[in-house]
Amino acid sequence: MKIVAKTANEAMAEAMRQINPDVVAAYPITPATEIVQIFSSFVHDGLVDTEFIAVESEHSAMSACIGAAAAGARVMTSTSSQGLALMDEVLYIAAGLRLPIVLCEINRALSSPINIHCDHSDTMNVRDSGWIQIYSEDSQEAYDSVIQAIRIAEEVFLPVMVTADGFILSHAMQRIEILDDEDVQKFIGKRRSPYNLLDVKNPKTIGPLDLQDYYFEHKYQEAQGMMGASNVILNVAKEFGEKFGRYYGLIEEYKLEDADYAIVVIGSTAGTAKETIDEMREKGEKVGLLRVRVFRPFPAEEIRNALRNCKKIGVLDRAEGLNAFGGPLYMEIKAALYGDKNLPEIFSFIYGLGGRDIKPHDIEETFKKIKDGNVEKINYIGVRI
Amino acid sequence: MEKEGASKLPIGGIIDKGGTAKKFQTGDWRSFKPVLNPKKCIHCLFCWVYCPDSSIVVNNGKMEGFLYEYCKGCGICAEECPPKAIEMVREV
Repeated sequence: MKIVAKTANEAMAEAMRQINPDVVAAYPITPATEIVQIFSSFVHDGLVDTEFIAVESEHSAMSACIGAAAAGARVMTSTSSQGLALMDEVLYIAAGLRLPIVLCEINRALSSPINIHCDHSDTMNVRDSGWIQIYSEDSQEAYDSVIQAIRIAEEVFLPVMVTADGFILSHAMQRIEILDDEDVQKFIGKRRSPYNLLDVKNPKTIGPLDLQDYYFEHKYQEAQGMMGASNVILNVAKEFGEKFGRYYGLIEEYKLEDADYAIVVIGSTAGTAKETIDEMREKGEKVGLLRVRVFRPFPAEEIRNALRNCKKIGVLDRAEGLNAFGGPLYMEIKAALYGDKNLPEIFSFIYGLGGRDIKPHDIEETFKKIKDGNVEKINYIGVRI
Repeated sequence: MEKEGASKLPIGGIIDKGGTAKKFQTGDWRSFKPVLNPKKCIHCLFCWVYCPDSSIVVNNGKMEGFLYEYCKGCGICAEECPPKAIEMVREV
């Protein structure tokens, strides 16, 4: 183990080097460009055995990943925002074919208007694509989660995207503990693939037409895979924690056990929220945080258990659902709580679109609004009206 | 063909062995079927060459009829037959 200063992009590229995948097919896009740029230099310098495929678009990148994974290879890629949107069609195919591809995703706002900075609209756009989604609070977690993602993908046979907030994490230096190469290799183990197209002695047809008589069964299987993924994610995280000392769950609770007022966030905002909560706690405010780390599969039961004793909850979405009803995280948290007897009041807050900063002051104000009941149906933090 | 439940099917919608097209009887939605007139047939086997579904039965170089389980009734054999020994008859 060594301690280094790295951005999330550098840390994820380093994880990819240590994983040494068989195939990487990728197309550059800000702010994820560096991941593949750094990785391609590892390929050039002979530090990995990877077949690197430079493609003409993200649609082609994911298509090449699918072909390679169907041939039994361990496959990784990286993208962001419009790139992920362009992959959309093929993301569903990767998941439907049950291929264990791992994607390093840097969260960036979707056009239009064009913007290169952080929000979660890109990954929220593909939340029902059948991909497991793991969001990182910091670069260390992004690094650790990419390593864990290989194990998860190859056990569940569903693809996994690990995300980190654009620029806020992707381009910010942080202190990171890097594992030894051998430890990473030992942890991820030998690659496991659901089937192998190149096994000529046992020929297979991949992607045949699947009509009224079988499509439903295959989608049922896929849904069962996603349902079983929670346990796998937890088991892999536990083993990782026992070996390397950093533990992760589906969610993270921060000072929630006696909190009257809680906010729910995804990604790097959790760091700002924790600091604000510490300051507010010193003033005697009973406030807490729930961070959703794994958004797919959605950890409804864990969230319900964590939030059921709060009086009021604000769910902070770094994405506009554009549904006139509230952000995507808000809608799912609200659905997860439905049916509880003493249902806490729950409000939607949209913040940070297009990389707009969220500061401790904003979080304190949000808690104040929640507490005072000074809230609208959908609330906005930091927008000029 | 007996249809398996989700727990028995290979994942990913793949077909995990070769040669399964044999089990898929493509002839069940035909609207015209080819009928051979043996008196006119000269056994040139043009029908065997042209049939896109390998549905012409040939034994010892002789045209003997059709595999109706697979024949989709496209009519190419009747069109190509030099002595016009094949007639397309509407299915009832």
